[in-house]
Amino acid sequence: MIRLQKRAAPSALMGYLAPVIALFITVLAGLVLFALLGVPVLDAFHAFFIAPISTLYGLGELGVKAAPLIMIGVALSIGFRAQVWNIGAEGQLILGAIAGSAVALALYEVDAWYVLPAMMFASILGGMSWAAVPALLRTRFNVNEILTSLMLTYVAVLLLSFLVAGPMRDPDGFNFPESRLFHDAATLPRLWGGTRLHAGALVALGLVVVGWVFLTRTLLGFALRVNGTAPRAAGYAGFNQGRLVWLALMIGGATAGLAGLFEVAGPIGQLLPSISPGYGFTAIIVAFLGRLHPVGVLFAGLVMALSYLGGESAQITLNLPLAITGVFQGMLLFFLLATDVLINYSIVRKQPRPVS
Amino acid sequence: MVFHGSLKQAAFAIAAVLSIGVVNAQSDDPTKVGFVYVGPVSDHGWTYRHDLGRQAIEAQFGDKVETTYVESVPEGADAERVIRNLASSGHDLIFTTSFGFMNPTVKVAKDFPDVKFEHATGFKREDNVSTYAARFYEGRSVIGTMAGMMTKTNTIGYIASFPIPEVVRGINAFTIAMRKVNPDATVKVVWVNTWYDPGKEADAAKVLIDQGADIITQHTDSPAPLQVAQERGVFAFGQASDMSAFAPESQLTSIVDDWNSYYVERTAAAIDGTWASTDTWGGIDTGMVAFPEYGVNVPDDVRAAAEVIREGIIDKSIHPFQGPLKDQAGEEILAEGEIYDDGVLLGMNFYVEGVQGDLPK
Repeated sequence: MIRLQKRAAPSALMGYLAPVIALFITVLAGLVLFALLGVPVLDAFHAFFIAPISTLYGLGELGVKAAPLIMIGVALSIGFRAQVWNIGAEGQLILGAIAGSAVALALYEVDAWYVLPAMMFASILGGMSWAAVPALLRTRFNVNEILTSLMLTYVAVLLLSFLVAGPMRDPDGFNFPESRLFHDAATLPRLWGGTRLHAGALVALGLVVVGWVFLTRTLLGFALRVNGTAPRAAGYAGFNQGRLVWLALMIGGATAGLAGLFEVAGPIGQLLPSISPGYGFTAIIVAFLGRLHPVGVLFAGLVMALSYLGGESAQITLNLPLAITGVFQGMLLFFLLATDVLINYSIVRKQPRPVS
Repeated sequence: MVFHGSLKQAAFAIAAVLSIGVVNAQSDDPTKVGFVYVGPVSDHGWTYRHDLGRQAIEAQFGDKVETTYVESVPEGADAERVIRNLASSGHDLIFTTSFGFMNPTVKVAKDFPDVKFEHATGFKREDNVSTYAARFYEGRSVIGTMAGMMTKTNTIGYIASFPIPEVVRGINAFTIAMRKVNPDATVKVVWVNTWYDPGKEADAAKVLIDQGADIITQHTDSPAPLQVAQERGVFAFGQASDMSAFAPESQLTSIVDDWNSYYVERTAAAIDGTWASTDTWGGIDTGMVAFPEYGVNVPDDVRAAAEVIREGIIDKSIHPFQGPLKDQAGEEILAEGEIYDDGVLLGMNFYVEGVQGDLPK
């Protein structure tokens, strides 16, 4: 009989290595899967992991896809460290995109340097306003922020489709629900000719550093961490829990809002009824895959982004179904959880007691 | 597979050169045809029918073509990358099969002047970008007539995706035809804001049935509403493909999208070098809009009436948008004998008399 026994002191090193081990096992399992599907294993490996990033354009796309995941992932991991469960980053992203686009469309005739900063400012406010609702409800009425932030996402989706089908619709667009294409002054500068890599990627990298410093070197970051691990101790230490909830949600809302703007002002270039393929939700996975550590989130975001690109590439070059992407992401999470179990528990084999 | 790994410089510059090489210098190489789908090929609706078109190309041209598809591509930042990757991996002809792919298609097309693009349901064209769509509203006239004759509660439930002209046109064509045979019948619309979400579509069907609808029709892609109709013992119309397998008693008929002959024709043009940018809007007469066998529960007189409409549309004696037409307030908007031209149809953003509720704007 096999039993799990809690380890007295789980290895911290293994804790950080777990995602790497999980990734390794995922790749191995993936290769077995390809072999079972009758696909040449090396071709499949190449198509999935190498081909998508073997060109400059491909690398740029990796950055385009990873930037919002990393940005939101870093912000969410700060909140998750404090046990504030902001599940609604997707909605905050949408509100940021709406607010930023509203500025872009209001200044449609203006060709000036301040258009883009104004859009960014608006998007941060937009995301924060959407995160303020769960923050207020949590601190005033002790309403669970998981529910409220998640449900507000669906409100945001409907608000977006209302706006692009009405007030923000392209007047010359045959009534199709999308805004005008933004002017050059309202679109993000590209970092590299021939790619779509935009300034948002630099912001994502910057946020990784800022997030790291914030969590490890500032009193507020310390307060957030203590609040997460020992809320009572945080209370005795004089940290105001309500303020920490607000802080965590505002960081999440502001960052998600800005990430939303970077999508519409970056690779998309207009407001559409669907602007995010679930970045706000995928970022939750990225945050945990990255061990709620900004540097871990950076790598987790890149891996997750690669799994999307690899899925597309495998479809194009090997005619593999899209489900392969989902299978890879699922395996990665499964193996991560499995390695976590083994880090926190040891397997003991117990002889069944003889019946006397 | 041919060039991956070797693209070290700006992808489009190289691919433009390569695609010239592929088409002109080595004409023995198969013509590569790529497809970008918005849903999964297994949706049994919109994307499924486009994929049948892809298979028709393979069946017709055999070794002379190679086809590729990428499914469930979100309409947003990802679409441009997928289209660009297809263009830069040697595809000669690329079909992008959802409205939301319009701007990315045009953007990529500018960087690949030698690759031919076909965008479904959009309105932007270039020298290397054609557009194509089907006049599904003609089919709505046929099923609207059937619904008007068969409803007992005089309430039809309509599950709609997004309030774009295409969908609004369908609701109006359906309602106009229905009211011609049954002036007391009305249409209730539920907007689900998705093209494909079996759960939401099924919920919408349940709500509509609970509100008294005894016939369900839909402008979304999954067979879920038909399954609900079958379960609850009401009638329904299939969408995009014959969905009778999901609702053997309930499906009265279906408006089938048939892209096969268009896709084969355009691929042939790409192979022999006669491809040119066009705008195609095909109706029942071209075969793009088709119907399967009528359902087992369709009475003979309804069949006959549906056939009259179908044949009338083919020989142009009937137009789905023929005056007199009234708006929701009962004011005349189109005089007797007049018809709406394609311009009005393409931008339609109002309801006609007989549709309940307000159009989301």
